[in-house]
Amino acid sequence: MKIIISNQSELPIYAQIREQLKEQILNGQIPEGETLPSIRQLAKEIGVSVITTTRAYSELEQEGFIATMQGKGSVVLATDNSLLREQYLLRIEEGLSTAIETAKAMGMSGEELRDIFNNLLET
Amino acid sequence: MELLEVKNLSKQYKNFSLQNISFTLPKGYIMGYVGANGSGKTTTLNLITGLQKANGGEVFIDGLSREEDERAYKEKIGFVGDDCYFPGDFKIKHIRRALQDFYPTFSREKFDGFIRDWKLPENKATKDFSRGMKVLLMFASVFARQTKLLVLDEATNGLDPVMRADVVKLLQEYVMDGERSVIFSTHILSDLEQIADYIYFIHEGRTVLYEAKDELIESFLLVKGETAKIPPALKKELIGVDENAYGFEAILPSDKAGLLGNAFLYEKPTIDQIVIHYIKSA
Repeated sequence: MKIIISNQSELPIYAQIREQLKEQILNGQIPEGETLPSIRQLAKEIGVSVITTTRAYSELEQEGFIATMQGKGSVVLATDNSLLREQYLLRIEEGLSTAIETAKAMGMSGEELRDIFNNLLET
Repeated sequence: MELLEVKNLSKQYKNFSLQNISFTLPKGYIMGYVGANGSGKTTTLNLITGLQKANGGEVFIDGLSREEDERAYKEKIGFVGDDCYFPGDFKIKHIRRALQDFYPTFSREKFDGFIRDWKLPENKATKDFSRGMKVLLMFASVFARQTKLLVLDEATNGLDPVMRADVVKLLQEYVMDGERSVIFSTHILSDLEQIADYIYFIHEGRTVLYEAKDELIESFLLVKGETAKIPPALKKELIGVDENAYGFEAILPSDKAGLLGNAFLYEKPTIDQIVIHYIKSA
């Protein structure tokens, strides 16, 4: 497991931790059944506050990626493929939305944008 | 479970008064007590450690007040200050003896372990220690005892970045078991910001902000842009507008972000930036 915190990122630190762990759980780098470091251990390792890591874990728990059991720590749950698909779909939509917004900002037509998209798709 | 409870703490001086400071710090967490020089940070910490007496209010550490049992109360506190509080002509052996006499929970083995690990010179008077060595000596004297609350008053002032990073680790280790807490005062948060769970911001003896740090950062935006483009509705909400010849910088409550439109640049502020603009607006 690896976590890299950026102070330049617009994403709050808890969200950076959450997203990086989610990514590694989804692509199998952190396998099902693995116990994550404790909230306090992780906070100390990456040098952030305990409240920050607590929030990252509790959101991963709400989203069904991990389960925290008293005395056992936080364990990675099985991820089903629909969850994975949904996550990637969300990311694709985000990326495309940025492109569309940029195109609108410079007054580009839908036609032109579709051309760029198709060209890129074929390369 | 709260480790530190401060209720309506007040202190009057001729030209300064500390007014109704109230907060709680749960076990296992770190609080940054921030404000400008002369805002009342040291006074507050001195009232907590019992170095000064309050004119009003109460302090409980782990449920115990100083009035109930002064010795037990002080035993729970570890203090690291801006200045080395050991007599300048003392060497390590003198300090060891003094601590042993004064604190029932002092462990000679632990103390000597830190002195060895941190390579502190045994045969030098503390007045000849470097700033970093003095700070480590204070940490050694605190960590050799069984304390519950670590109080740091501007303890990282004048330390080099490597040493400050070490102190950050020491603080995190201190709260690691979830039973002990840290309160540190500082006029500049910089590297300590990341590990603080709670921020208490004081200005001219009064509370300005008191919140979990993550929430505090999320509740404000740092806004920059051209001064001439600020519409009146936005102007009312901007806090501490700092103008220069080419533009302005201010903070804005995040829930007012709708007023920004496309004309301004905004980003996540640091605690220092929130503090600076608040002080400017005061």
